[in-house]
Amino acid sequence: MVAAVNETTPTQTDHAADHDPLRFAESAMRAGRDVALATVVETWGSAPRPPGSHLAVDADGLFEGSVSGGCVEGEVIVAAMDVIATGEPRMLEYGVADETAWRAGLSCGGRIRVYVERVG
Amino acid sequence: MEPAVLKALNAARDERRAVAVVTDLGDGRDRVVSEDDAIPGELGAAIAEAFRSGKAAPVSVSGRDFFINVHLPPVRMVIVGAVHISQALAPMASAAGFHPEIIDPRTAFATPERFAGIELSADWPEMVLAQRPLDRWCALVALTHDPKIDDHPIRAALEAECFYVGALGSRKTHGRRIERLIAAGADPDAVSRIRGPIGLPIGASTPAEIGVSILAEIIGERRKSRSAPV
Repeated sequence: MVAAVNETTPTQTDHAADHDPLRFAESAMRAGRDVALATVVETWGSAPRPPGSHLAVDADGLFEGSVSGGCVEGEVIVAAMDVIATGEPRMLEYGVADETAWRAGLSCGGRIRVYVERVG
Repeated sequence: MEPAVLKALNAARDERRAVAVVTDLGDGRDRVVSEDDAIPGELGAAIAEAFRSGKAAPVSVSGRDFFINVHLPPVRMVIVGAVHISQALAPMASAAGFHPEIIDPRTAFATPERFAGIELSADWPEMVLAQRPLDRWCALVALTHDPKIDDHPIRAALEAECFYVGALGSRKTHGRRIERLIAAGADPDAVSRIRGPIGLPIGASTPAEIGVSILAEIIGERRKSRSAPV
C-alpha cells in the first residue's frame, strides 16, 4: 500500500501547488531560515478551519496555510515572530467572547485555540 | 516541532503512509506515530480513535494535555478507461476534491485532447499500477467493460483494500465478471465488495449522469468508511 519512494505522484505536485504549509516549513528549515508552525488544536461553534489545520511562518514573515478564514492570521503571525525569537511555544485563543475579538475576532462567531511552536 | 518530526511527517505524506503527530502541549515535545505502533494506555486509545475517525483532537491523559494530529493520504480516484463517462466524471471528481487519474492502453481513447488537465496514462493498468500501487485511500473505477483491461486492476484494487471498487456493466456482465475473477483465484468475499452495476441507482442515463451516480457512490463510501480520509 506504499507508493514507491522517489516517485513523484500527482498528489505531491499538487501539495506544492496548493501552498502546503508543512512543505513550506521544511523548505524554510532546510534553507536555514527560522520557522514557526501554528496549529488549530480546538474549535467551538462555527470555526472556519478544523483542528489540525496549519499555518507556517518564517522569520521574514512569509507564510503558508491558514488557521481561520483570514480573521486572525495577522495576530498569529505576530505571535509566531515572538515564538521564533524566544523558542517558547504559545497557546492562543480567539473568539467572540474574547477581548481580542475586537482586534482580531472571528466574524463567524466561533472560538479557536491555536498552538504556536518553533521548528527546532 | 522537532526538525526530525517535520521531515518524517513530510516523508510519510510523500509515501502515502497514514501517520499522526502527537504533541505534548505542556513541554512541546512531539513524535510521529504510525497505525502499527503499539502505544499503551489512554493515549494509545485516543491515537487509535484519531486514525479511525481521521480527525485531529486534543486529549487529556493523567493531567497532561496532548494534541493528536492525523495525516491521512489524499484520496486518489483511479479510472480505468478513457471513455465518454470518464470525460464527464474526471472533472467532477476534481471539483469534489479527489485526484482523478485515467488509465487506458488504447491510445486512440487516452489522448490529452479528450482529457485536458487530467492525469492520463496510455498504458496497460498492470504497468501503471506497478509504478504507482493502489492503496486503501484509492477508489478504483473500471469503465471499459473489457476483461483484458478491467480485470487486473479490479483484482489489484481488492487486494490493496481500496475503499471503493466499482465496475461498469449490466447485471449479466457483472455476473460473468464475478465468475471470471473467482475462477482466477480471487477471494469470493472480496469480489462481493465490487459495486456493480456501478453508481447509485438514480436512473442515470447520459455519461454525465452516470458520472454523478458514480461520484455520489464514492463519496458515500468514503464518508462511511471511518478510516478513509477526510
